[in-house]
Amino acid sequence: MQIHDNPALKAEARNLNFYYGEAKALKGINMPIYDKKVTALIGPSGCGKSTYLRSFNRMHDLYPGNRYEGEIRFFPDNTNLLSPEVDPIEVRMRVGMVFQKPNPFPKSIFENVAYGLRVRGENNKRVLDDKVESALRGAAIWEEVKDRLNELASNLSGGQQQRLCIARALATDPELLLFDEPTSALDPIATAAIEELVHELKKRVTILIVTHNMQQAARVSDYTAYMFLGEMIEFGKTDEIFIKPKDKRTEDYITGRMG
Amino acid sequence: MQPLTNEQIRAVIARGKLKDTIFKGLGLFCLSIALLVIVALIADMVIKGSDRFTLDFFLNFASRRATQAGILSAWVGSLLVMLVTALAAVPLGVAAGLYLEEYAKRNWLTHVIEVNISNLAAVPSIVYGLLALGIFVYKFGFGQSILSAGLTLALLILPIIIVATREAIRAIPAMIREGSMAVGATRWQTCRYHIIPYAMPGILTGVIIGLARAIGETAPIITIGALTFIAFLPPVPFTGEPPAGLFDWVMSPFTVMPIQIFNWTSRPDPAFEVNAAAAGFVLMVMVLSMNAVAIYLRYKMRKNIKW
Repeated sequence: MQIHDNPALKAEARNLNFYYGEAKALKGINMPIYDKKVTALIGPSGCGKSTYLRSFNRMHDLYPGNRYEGEIRFFPDNTNLLSPEVDPIEVRMRVGMVFQKPNPFPKSIFENVAYGLRVRGENNKRVLDDKVESALRGAAIWEEVKDRLNELASNLSGGQQQRLCIARALATDPELLLFDEPTSALDPIATAAIEELVHELKKRVTILIVTHNMQQAARVSDYTAYMFLGEMIEFGKTDEIFIKPKDKRTEDYITGRMG
Repeated sequence: MQPLTNEQIRAVIARGKLKDTIFKGLGLFCLSIALLVIVALIADMVIKGSDRFTLDFFLNFASRRATQAGILSAWVGSLLVMLVTALAAVPLGVAAGLYLEEYAKRNWLTHVIEVNISNLAAVPSIVYGLLALGIFVYKFGFGQSILSAGLTLALLILPIIIVATREAIRAIPAMIREGSMAVGATRWQTCRYHIIPYAMPGILTGVIIGLARAIGETAPIITIGALTFIAFLPPVPFTGEPPAGLFDWVMSPFTVMPIQIFNWTSRPDPAFEVNAAAAGFVLMVMVLSMNAVAIYLRYKMRKNIKW
């Protein structure tokens, strides 16, 4: 697990446990998230990768009976994102998220992207216009929608909707962007566009991405973590994980003998 | 078992289709009974009351002479009572439903509250009338006024609005709520920008169903002592005795459509039956047009809400 030529840390899970009621879904996870890198989480269904991802923006706090143990340290300020003293809303203001299925609001394209800014109290039309445009450019969808910002987001195709959701997350300049299987509901062409975008985005934001698709992890990520039954089995540079995994279970999964 | 021959397969299909046909006929029969009853009722009222469908009928007060009696105070009273009912019941019901769905913790207490909201919907309306007589009429001193009646009917339809609000909220997918919370919104911001607007078509349907029920209620209004013979209208804002205000009319005595109908049907003179039939038809039209408005608004609002 030791890597020496490491970039700066953006976040670090320390002995993280998570419980859905009585059921322990994450077991003692330790893992670094490096700044301005793409880290992929892979593993079979039910291994806890989405659960882990959703801990980073305290999404589990929305539902009763969920409990965290351990820490997720967030840098440079060394905040423990999971601390009860830290307001989950503050966490979500710093950590953006893109969901499995595109979930634009049934509002206009413009309002979808402006929403995060409005939530922060920004109502100045010019500021909103500027930020919405730059977010849409950042999500590589500006050219497609610039003439119809007032149309309903539901009129866009699935791939466009997902890029719109990325723009929505980018508009508020998150430090960490979580992707929860962002292409599982998309066709191959839309998937390629999202992957290219992820590659582009890591210049400005740290990315943590859950994926079912190992080729995708290999294509987009700098680091990969393999999870199994709620445990972190192996973490390392993506090349190393895919070329010579250290753990037998990782190798079985990657070579398709399991999962 | 031998594989079936083509003839056997056809026989099996024919048997199945026979049942299809039988059920189709049966269903159509049941449906037509319900529809026929409604059509017969309406037709009966129209035919019986046809002599009274004149402008005068709508613009005259109650009278001892059937041919001169009209429904002016009744339809104005009904509309004003509905206004008070809506103003009281909608904010209360929507807020209560929103709280239960979005804020309340799921524990035994909320469970007890939920069960009892359903129970409230089943309480006979006359019981609400008794409650209102004690509380609104005497305790609060609102008297036999539009305000008392509006608040009584508001209580009556509150459960309908709460249930409709909750169901409309539950139909909003979790991913919309999560999408809003994920950018750092508070619960209230999520409710204000998403939950309430997206639930609005469903809430509106509940409101109209509730109001349509309230407008036809007779028992609780009689209980609180609505008059049956009223030859004046509630004061128009700022026109009553000084100091005249905007809401003087809420304290005015009143009558409503169902009470007027009830009053006419209980008269010995058969000429009043004509009035009752005509007024019944008017009430029916009021209810149906409220439903029509609800359907139209829901259609218009839902057009833009797609997940």
